[in-house]
Amino acid sequence: MGDHSSNPDLLPGTLYMMILRTLNQGPLHGYAIAKRIQDWSKGGLEIEDGSLYPALNRMLHKEWLKAEWGVTENNRKARFYRLTPLGKKQLETESSAFNKMVRAIQLVMRTS
Amino acid sequence: MLLRNLLRRDQEDRDWREEMESHIQLLTDSFLAQGLTPEEARAAALKQAGNLTARREEIYRMNGIQWLDSVAGDVRYALRGLRKYPSFSAVAVLTLALGIGTNTAVFSVVNSVLLKPLAFPHPEELVDLAQIAPGAGGVVNSRGSFGLSPSMYFTYTEQNRSFQSMGVWTSGPVTVTGLAEPEQVFANVISDGLLQALAVQPEIGRPFTAADQVPGSSDTVLLSYGYWQRRFGGDRSVIGRKVLVDARPREIVGVMPSGFRIADTPADLILPLQLDRSRATLAGFYLLSIARLKPGVSIEQANADIARLIPIWVRSWPSFPGGNTNDVLSEKVYVSWRIGPNIHSLRESVVGNVRSVLWVVMGTLAMVMLIACANVANLMLVRVDARQSELTVRAALGAGWARIVRQLLIESLLLAAAGGALGVAIAYVGLDLLVRNGPTNLPRLSEIALDSHALAFTAVVSLLSGVFFGLIPALRYAGPRVSLTVRDGTRTMSHSRDRHRTRNTLVVVQVSLALVLLISSGLMIRTFQAMRSIRAGFERPESLQTFRVVVPQALVPKEEEAARVEQAIAEKLAAIPGVTSVGIASALPMDGSPPDWDGILTEGQSYAQGSRPPMRMYRNVSPGLFGSLGTKLKAGRDLTWTDVYGDRKFVLLSENLARELWGSAEAAIGRRVRSTDVGAWREVLGVVEDVRHNGAQEPAPAVVYWPIFGQIPYAPIVTATRAVAFSVRTDRAGTGALLNEIRQAVWSVNAALPVANPETMRENVDRSMARTSFTLVMLAIAGSMALLLGLIGIYGVIAYAVSQRTREIGIRLALGAQPGDVRQMFVRQGLGLCAIGIAIGVGTAAVLTRVMKSLLFGVAPVDPATFAAVPLTLLVATLAACYLPARRVSRVDPVECMRAE
Repeated sequence: MGDHSSNPDLLPGTLYMMILRTLNQGPLHGYAIAKRIQDWSKGGLEIEDGSLYPALNRMLHKEWLKAEWGVTENNRKARFYRLTPLGKKQLETESSAFNKMVRAIQLVMRTS
Repeated sequence: MLLRNLLRRDQEDRDWREEMESHIQLLTDSFLAQGLTPEEARAAALKQAGNLTARREEIYRMNGIQWLDSVAGDVRYALRGLRKYPSFSAVAVLTLALGIGTNTAVFSVVNSVLLKPLAFPHPEELVDLAQIAPGAGGVVNSRGSFGLSPSMYFTYTEQNRSFQSMGVWTSGPVTVTGLAEPEQVFANVISDGLLQALAVQPEIGRPFTAADQVPGSSDTVLLSYGYWQRRFGGDRSVIGRKVLVDARPREIVGVMPSGFRIADTPADLILPLQLDRSRATLAGFYLLSIARLKPGVSIEQANADIARLIPIWVRSWPSFPGGNTNDVLSEKVYVSWRIGPNIHSLRESVVGNVRSVLWVVMGTLAMVMLIACANVANLMLVRVDARQSELTVRAALGAGWARIVRQLLIESLLLAAAGGALGVAIAYVGLDLLVRNGPTNLPRLSEIALDSHALAFTAVVSLLSGVFFGLIPALRYAGPRVSLTVRDGTRTMSHSRDRHRTRNTLVVVQVSLALVLLISSGLMIRTFQAMRSIRAGFERPESLQTFRVVVPQALVPKEEEAARVEQAIAEKLAAIPGVTSVGIASALPMDGSPPDWDGILTEGQSYAQGSRPPMRMYRNVSPGLFGSLGTKLKAGRDLTWTDVYGDRKFVLLSENLARELWGSAEAAIGRRVRSTDVGAWREVLGVVEDVRHNGAQEPAPAVVYWPIFGQIPYAPIVTATRAVAFSVRTDRAGTGALLNEIRQAVWSVNAALPVANPETMRENVDRSMARTSFTLVMLAIAGSMALLLGLIGIYGVIAYAVSQRTREIGIRLALGAQPGDVRQMFVRQGLGLCAIGIAIGVGTAAVLTRVMKSLLFGVAPVDPATFAAVPLTLLVATLAACYLPARRVSRVDPVECMRAE
């Protein structure tokens, strides 16, 4: 079973990175993670609920995240995800690698 | 670990379900905020969320242990398959259960007898302080070693550097009176240091102390747990009570724990030995000894230590009470005996000679297990054959090679597990039978049980057998060639030579193993026959009733009076209806009682200073004993009671002794002999036929038959033989009625005398052959199982070949072949396999039966008769096993057969 994102436009592996990034500012529940990615991308990226949760599950097992039950501002019960130190490190490596790659792609695209 | 993961998985699943709920709730909230009605908002949220349940399942699967889930699937699938073919499954499971069950049972015996440590603290420190004396001319105790004398005990126990503690002991029957009927029980008589060496405390009361061992101190006794339960109902207030043992009152000081035995010798009472130091002499080598090594001391060191003490012992003690120590003569004598230590672990000495028997039995049953596995492997091959297309479809659908092997292995492991479970039940029943009917002289019989070791053994055997017979078909079928068969259609395809070869090899292996086992049991049968047919020196043992009586000194103080009591009993017995003759002896042939030994000097022959003639077995006999046994008088005449009471100096000899000394039985008559330089000369009155006193398989010893009353061989003292065995010749032997009349007869002479060990001579003989008959029975069971399984195997192969080649048979018949010819073709195939198996089996047996050499008697390991008869029988049996399935050929209708295609 490979990592399969149901958003074909998403570069492979970037979903993890973006989830890690949204959580860098503090714990969020799943719905809020999807919402935030959508907001930050100004609607350009829509995370399907179907791919969000399996991704979260995998990240929990990799111990990048920790999940705790809490209450939303609207007083709803929800599970909040928080970065672990391992997750923080992962975010750093992934974003620097990603930035390098994006720059490289941009260089290629410009020369043509 | 696995379970915890699985439990955690369910907990996580609950979390995810709640989270999905919460997600939809939050979505609904957001739609509500956009102004939708609650129903609309809920519907919209559900729509957007999509199939979250599917996500949850995906996560659940993701978190599972992949292979475990699919293995569970395979197991379910295999179970379904096995249920679908109940007869196949039943035959396979039963075959395995028989194999595993018998192996488990025998392993339990091997484990309990040979492998398990003795039930004492630090059993590895316990040793049997045995000795050898190669120069003593065969003086051995009942355990086949040279015993310790009391003086040796004193020297060793005081001066050794190797032992934490050591003690000596002996055992014998004693009479208990005053409780119920007078009863003869077995007692162990022990010195100080023995219980300390064994490190066993009494269950209640106290052990013997050094004070109990002082001669003339108040008499004490320890009870065995069993005797305490049987005679006193486990009453704890027995401590301090008195019992009459051999007419002497003894105070009960303690009860030993349940299961306590000294070197596996069962006894009801334990008495203090009370050795008298002031009367100790060099001689009297009747004691057994047990010692506990100091930590770190090896058996070799202990041997060296005792070897150092033997010269010290010879110089420290007199030859006779009150004599001088350092007697040159005695020193020479004992030096010529070459006494030396032969210490070995106590466990080894307890296990004794059954080691080889048990390993042979274990080996044969392992072979049966192999045959059973081969059979099941063959069954599996047939079944996998029938499933060829199913497997092919699976392979075509993408099941990998490993996956199909796994599926087949799981099936066989399931069969093995079922066989193992049933096998434990069989082992349980079998063990019960074995312990109840096994030879009573099997050491540690009481300890035999199905314990955790045996169960672990079962588990391992089941697992290995499952892998073994599962892997053969799995590797044969699940290979890359699978895809071929879809096109060909399995029914008409003639068999791949390769697959045939596997099945044929299995059958050949089965036949050869079965042959080895059958030859082994054949050899045991021949051994048994040889033992039964040998003339043991007496006649019709089944019509000889024997029993023992002890006349204690406390009851009948005068020696001659004791002899007259015994004679009176004999006369009363002779008056019982149906009794034709009665005899009395210190021991009867093959009754297992320890022999007496002494030398014999012949008149007219000079003996060099210090040199001694070899030691001979001595037996005390009454007039008429040989007549009642049926032992032939070869020359001279028997004793009479007048000879006995007159203390006339007569002696009888065995024929082999007479021949050895004077060349013939007749030449011995009238010669004079004595056993010591100082004893009176005795005239050889008669010579009797050789008797196999030590058992049917042991050669007849040279025996000196001394009168039952009179001057003893080694000192000028007149005594009666107070512990005697009666032999009563009657066709009523072994009946309860006779035994009752015998008791009445004994009690009419003296009401305080118990009748002990009533047995027919046949039982004596059988007991001396117990090892042989036990081996015979076990090998016969293994052999017949092997034969049955082997025949089933051949039958299966031929039946299968016939069913697979129906079309070919049809064509042959259509082309005009006679059914008889076709039948013959199959029978020939079977016989061919059998012949190869027999050839291999005969070769293997010729090598393996050498292992059994110590168990055989009167037959060579490569016995021509057995090696000819057994293969022939097997061949005939195979013929039948081939012919039955081959008969089906005639039922093949060529027309129908062709049409079916």
